Amino acid sequence: MATQGAPVKYSKHSPALAMTLSLIFAGFGQLYNRRYIKGILFIVLEVSFIFTLGRFINYGLWGLRTLGVTPLEDHSIFLMIYGLISLLLIAFALGLYILNILDAKRNAERLRQGESNPKMKETIRNVWDRGFPYLFITPGLFMLTFIVILPILFTLSLAFTDYNQYNSPPGNLLNWVGWDNFKKLVTLNTWSETFFDVFTWTIVWTLVATTLQIALGLFLALIVNDPRVKFKKWIRTVLILPWAVPAFVTILIFSAMFNGEFGTINRDLLVLFGLEIPWMQDPFWAKIALIMIQTWLGFPFVFALFTGVLQSISRDWYEAAEVDGGSRWQKFRYITFPHVMYATAPLLIMQYAGNFNNFNIIYLFNEGGPPIPGKRAGGTDILISWVYDLTFEINQYNMAAAITIILGLIVTGFAFYQFRKTRSFKEEGNM
Amino acid sequence: MSRKMKSRLEVSAIYFVIFVMFVVIFYPLLWTVGMSLNPGKSLYSASLFPENWSLEHYKWLFTDPDSEYLLWYKNSLMVATVNAFFSVILTSLIAYAFSRYRFIGRKYGLYAFLLLQMFPAIMAMVAIYILLNLIGLLDTLTGLILVYIGGQIPFNAWLVKGYFDTIPRELDDAARIDGAGHFGVFIRIMLPLARPILGVVALFNFMAPFMDFLLPRIVLRSPENFTLAVGLFNFINQQFANNFTRFAAGSILIAVPIAVVYLLSQRYLITGLTAGGTKG
Repeated sequence: MATQGAPVKYSKHSPALAMTLSLIFAGFGQLYNRRYIKGILFIVLEVSFIFTLGRFINYGLWGLRTLGVTPLEDHSIFLMIYGLISLLLIAFALGLYILNILDAKRNAERLRQGESNPKMKETIRNVWDRGFPYLFITPGLFMLTFIVILPILFTLSLAFTDYNQYNSPPGNLLNWVGWDNFKKLVTLNTWSETFFDVFTWTIVWTLVATTLQIALGLFLALIVNDPRVKFKKWIRTVLILPWAVPAFVTILIFSAMFNGEFGTINRDLLVLFGLEIPWMQDPFWAKIALIMIQTWLGFPFVFALFTGVLQSISRDWYEAAEVDGGSRWQKFRYITFPHVMYATAPLLIMQYAGNFNNFNIIYLFNEGGPPIPGKRAGGTDILISWVYDLTFEINQYNMAAAITIILGLIVTGFAFYQFRKTRSFKEEGNM
Repeated sequence: MSRKMKSRLEVSAIYFVIFVMFVVIFYPLLWTVGMSLNPGKSLYSASLFPENWSLEHYKWLFTDPDSEYLLWYKNSLMVATVNAFFSVILTSLIAYAFSRYRFIGRKYGLYAFLLLQMFPAIMAMVAIYILLNLIGLLDTLTGLILVYIGGQIPFNAWLVKGYFDTIPRELDDAARIDGAGHFGVFIRIMLPLARPILGVVALFNFMAPFMDFLLPRIVLRSPENFTLAVGLFNFINQQFANNFTRFAAGSILIAVPIAVVYLLSQRYLITGLTAGGTKG
């Protein structure tokens, strides 16, 4: 690509000047580098960006800052969304701008070393080659931005406003209130007590329910894998059945089964032992029921996962252990267990994260109930179902958003920490 | 105790555990079947083995003019098909770019996918509701599908990228020498070789609308747009005990096809998950 022609001619060409020019207006640096078409393209791009989106961005930023000034006319929520879209647009434009500056600099450096500009055809080829991955990710990225990223930013913003059932647009304007909602959550007794209770139960729920389902799955996978067991295929099919039935159906069915008045568990089963347990009315028993149901729902996936891994462990390991006189427990402890954990760790972490946010089971079983007098959440509410209630039942949007942020931070922090340890992730990090 | 005796005891214990599990698994399922065959609508008078069993609830679901069950089934099928199709396309495009190209923002993009898949969907619900309202797609199946397609990207992009990574690069190079471009490699090498994982993604996304309850409940408002999950939930939400037998019949008709698909494809699913998730 580099030609020998006239190395002296461009030796005074300055990358710094090219960068400055491009900083002043996109494309100027490229013009200075004598890449006229590229430069004009950049200029057209910036001009059209300013002309078409300038007003929208200006309005959006104003809206985001003030959240509106005239009630009924300015809708704070829409303004906030416009503002966030503006921010995303600016971030995108800024990214392009930085690319433009870097491009000017690199090009200038190349010229300074005496290389000449590539021909038109080569340029097009280059743009196609290097732009290709962007072309491929653009549609997905676009959807991701509007369906995942923008909503998360929106929730983030809501947590710092006073948006609740008494103060909602278009009748009222929202205000930025800083960290007030978070402070309320920690200091105001009615909130902090509930928050603490719900938080503790969420942690207990996640740890107990998930560990139980993993333990049961592992145990069953091990015993079914025993060479002496016959009809393995049939047994496995049945054991996977709870996974195959849609969870929302099973949860609703369990909810009916545990019902105190007409549920089969009290009416048909426990009556044999002369027992009657208030599954739905007593928070303690409701929690026990939930953990049992989740174990029922969750173990088959783990079972199937482990079964697959168990079959892939080489016999040699066990034969070697037998030669050394290893006990069955030792074989499990030093061969089986590390193998299955190593292969499935990320998926098991996902199980914990999934239960931490297992809205379906809590909501469909009992809608987070039973209600507890003096508390703002139901007896079995976990953070996520509480957030749902706060948002969609009593419209405490700001508090719900604040709790959501705390929830999101916990999940991401935990998951990230764990993922970093797994191999596939490390490989990615090193690239 | 002789060794043989011990072994026999162990095997019996294993079978006993398995038997207990069978009972625990089948009891709720059979109970539902029993309920659905009860003639009355009420749970109070229903029993596990009804004396004069009937299929009237099933008939009602399909033939009664008040029943919207078939409509919901159609809605769910449509959402599921469209979702599966576009999800596979979008996801494989992204995964291909992330697996085979080095570009600015690649590493952070991967981190971002990982992070985003951890965020619970509910975090976004209020905003999605407002956004859909803003563009007039609230209470439409299109809106629901859009959210599904966008929301599945972070998780599935990782999965598919992991699988693409296992396809040897030499194949790409060979194809390039034979004159294939970026698109050619994608369509003629990557897609055919990644069929197992794309099948998994398609299946997941096909199943999601049948299983998901939260999102359609928020997005869909009018009964004629409901998917099965929301429709069935509303069946029993108002008068729990009074519609239960009908609900049982309706849920069996969803559960059976889904369960069959899952059982037939579970080996496939698990292999796909472990291969994509951990790279063996």
